[in-house]
Amino acid sequence: MRLNLKIWRQAGPTAAGRLVDYTADNVSPDMSFLEMLDVVNEGLVKRGEDAIAFDSDCREGICGMCSLVVNGIAHGPDRGTTVCQLHMRRFKDGDTITVEPWRARAFPVVKDLVIDRSAFDRIVAAGGYVSCNVGGAPDGNAIPIAKDVVETAMDSAACIGCGACVAACKNASAHLFMSAKISHLSLLPQGKIERHSRVIAMINQADAEGFGSCSNEGECEAVCPKEIPISNIARMTREYMRALWAPIG
Amino acid sequence: MTLDGRIPAGPIAQKWDRHKFEMKLVNPANKRKYTIIVAGTGLAGASAAASLGELGYHVLNFCIQDSPRRAHSIAAQGGINAAKNYQNDGDSVYRLFYDTIKGGDYRSREANVYRLAQLSVNIIDQCVAQGVPFAREYGGLLDNRSFGGAQVSRTFYARGQTGQQLLLGAYQSLMRQVNLGNVHEFARREMLDLVLVDGKARGIVCRNLMTGAIERYAGDAVILATGGYGTVYYLSTNAVNSNVTAAWRAHKRGAFFANPCFTQIHPTCIPVTGDHQSKLTLMSESLRNDGRVWVPKQKGDKRPPQQIPDEERDYYLERKYPSFGNLVPRDVASRNAKQVCDDERGVGESGLAVYLDFRDAIQRLGVETIREKYGNLFHMYKKITDEDAYKVPMRIYPAIHYTMGGLWVDYNLMSNLPGLHVLGEANFSDHGANRLGASALMQGLADGYFVIPYTIGDYLANTTQPKVTTDHDAFRQSADAVQKNIDTLLSIKGKRSIREIHRELGRIMWDYVGMSRNEAGLRTALAEIPRLRDEFWHNVSVPGTPDNLNQSLEYAGRVADYLEFAELLALDALHRRESCGGHFREESQTPDGEALRDDEHYSYVAAWEFAGVGTKPELHKEPLHFEEAHPTQRSYK
Repeated sequence: MRLNLKIWRQAGPTAAGRLVDYTADNVSPDMSFLEMLDVVNEGLVKRGEDAIAFDSDCREGICGMCSLVVNGIAHGPDRGTTVCQLHMRRFKDGDTITVEPWRARAFPVVKDLVIDRSAFDRIVAAGGYVSCNVGGAPDGNAIPIAKDVVETAMDSAACIGCGACVAACKNASAHLFMSAKISHLSLLPQGKIERHSRVIAMINQADAEGFGSCSNEGECEAVCPKEIPISNIARMTREYMRALWAPIG
Repeated sequence: MTLDGRIPAGPIAQKWDRHKFEMKLVNPANKRKYTIIVAGTGLAGASAAASLGELGYHVLNFCIQDSPRRAHSIAAQGGINAAKNYQNDGDSVYRLFYDTIKGGDYRSREANVYRLAQLSVNIIDQCVAQGVPFAREYGGLLDNRSFGGAQVSRTFYARGQTGQQLLLGAYQSLMRQVNLGNVHEFARREMLDLVLVDGKARGIVCRNLMTGAIERYAGDAVILATGGYGTVYYLSTNAVNSNVTAAWRAHKRGAFFANPCFTQIHPTCIPVTGDHQSKLTLMSESLRNDGRVWVPKQKGDKRPPQQIPDEERDYYLERKYPSFGNLVPRDVASRNAKQVCDDERGVGESGLAVYLDFRDAIQRLGVETIREKYGNLFHMYKKITDEDAYKVPMRIYPAIHYTMGGLWVDYNLMSNLPGLHVLGEANFSDHGANRLGASALMQGLADGYFVIPYTIGDYLANTTQPKVTTDHDAFRQSADAVQKNIDTLLSIKGKRSIREIHRELGRIMWDYVGMSRNEAGLRTALAEIPRLRDEFWHNVSVPGTPDNLNQSLEYAGRVADYLEFAELLALDALHRRESCGGHFREESQTPDGEALRDDEHYSYVAAWEFAGVGTKPELHKEPLHFEEAHPTQRSYK
């Protein structure tokens, strides 16, 4: 296959960016999308040109590092798939493909397609945990947890923190990301103790980082590579209301 | 020189308890005066940084990714072992210890492995307390499964994402310490040198990957938890940014590298499709519980699998190993796949694959049962290959998965350099010549949560050293050397891409230092690697500038280190003229082609001391003693 690429190039955080045209030749349908970019980069490097910067690491859909908007869709056209697991057989010869970074005020561009997602770390640091030091944990079976409860918690805990939800949202809201963590922890007995302080601290931090609010469009759910449902956001809102009305904690 | 592992005296079951009592403590009020540098945020690094922060130490924590949550521990699928005996099926600390020693083919240290088995039970408790959503039974208790051929069910799991959930637990504890001000997190930093002052590890030099700045950090001790070196083979199941650089640069500063030739190959990965391939994807080993492995009996038989009748198929694992069949250990399954492919009976376009067939399991159990058990894996397979494994057999091939070798450490997880501690896959300590399934997560967390918090206190309490700052000459010299290396890479301006050279290195390693090794092949590798290294330093193209995000430059530095490290790996493989675990020397096999250990000559840890690039390193031996688990030859017939 031969493909026409329009790729966002931006030299640094404060530089102006633009879409630059490239051609990818001899693209095999077995390539992943990132492998196609590797081949384009190999050509650039051999000519001594600056390679297109993009993030990736595990390349099996679990680390959450890859972060490309392909033809306007975060992680590209396949549902429930990170862009590292998107394969070129999804495209056809002669296609034009536009590749851009996540765009949100809270995720500034570092270079080309690479963005700074440290805001997510700061949201977790604000309260996305159970406060338990190593050493004092009771036996793992001391607190039984119903199977369906743990399965629901696991559905939320599956979030990979990639930030596609933010990229897809017109408000650049981090609600799906936050609500996944809040749901995971508040569903489990271990996490219930700090449920009030957690939800308030995390939401306050997200506001401070410049993420927007939720207006229930569901764009986040549509692009989430782990298909985390927006029912998590409803649960987070309930947790938040409960926390505001709570007498203590 | 004979190395001393500093193993505490006493009966094996009491060594750790006694040692914990004998170690010195740091006064709680003094802990905050100590700065500890932790490189890496995988299971070992994140758990260590979090635990040391909880104790009150001042911790500086570094990772190359944009967030500590992305370290490659996150990709572990299967589970984590612990000797809880919740299933009442006869498990015990002693049994987990014994299985791990035997699985490692008697090339690990008994005392370390026993401690690992003891601590395994505490890990589960800690992770549950953090909110790790382990699978549960209907009554609400924790569920277990049998994994990797173990005869007891001791593996705890969270769907197929156990590594992810354990890492997020450690990451969350880490971020809590960041919030409390005990840990300072430095993401997108790559450690490029270890700084020694008066022979002790006192700091690191990093490149800030976003700005290109060369940064210096000083402390009272350094912990490396920077993972394994699987990507020396170019293609592996490791993340594409996984690398040996931090460990290798510490080695060049004097830290011994132990048993580098002990590498593990996983038998069930999705085969390579072409030169563009950037990594290999693992399919859980559990597939071998129901899938049957076969190739055509006829060489070069290119018929579609459905058209090959049963009598023309060779179910070679069932034929050769009637009692274990398709469930033989990883190394045996991998080597046999290579043998049939070498015999030109491999399948698929490349001929480098074997079938893993679910036809009979589907007939026996029904498609729904198979979907329930393996649905996510079949889905992943379809996504990557565009084939429906419910209808046609999967094609699988072995790939590099884990590296048991690493920097040498003593019982306290300290290297031969005072103050430099090494945890997780980056050290060599617990898995011998072969790691058992679901044991990597266990070791990473045991090291970080339960071993280093004690042993580093002992080191600090026993060490008097002046405070140093990053203005010290040693830091300046190190930073200058790092800068010079970067400038050299950028000035070569050759014709070959970094990836091309890495790929070529990978091919040499896979062909001659892979699943099956012999003297002639290893000598070929030892001639080819320096040639390629020379080519790299004369003809590689590293575009861009040093003062901003430059992924080509990062990659070039890692490949440059691999071009040195690969030689050590091959040399270690050449020197060990025995087969053990993942290291198969063709000269050392039983009459029916199985691995043959040579306990008389090789029952030791081989720890190598750097002597200069291209100069033969010096070998130091740590003899291994087996008082509890007496070496036997493995047999799976």
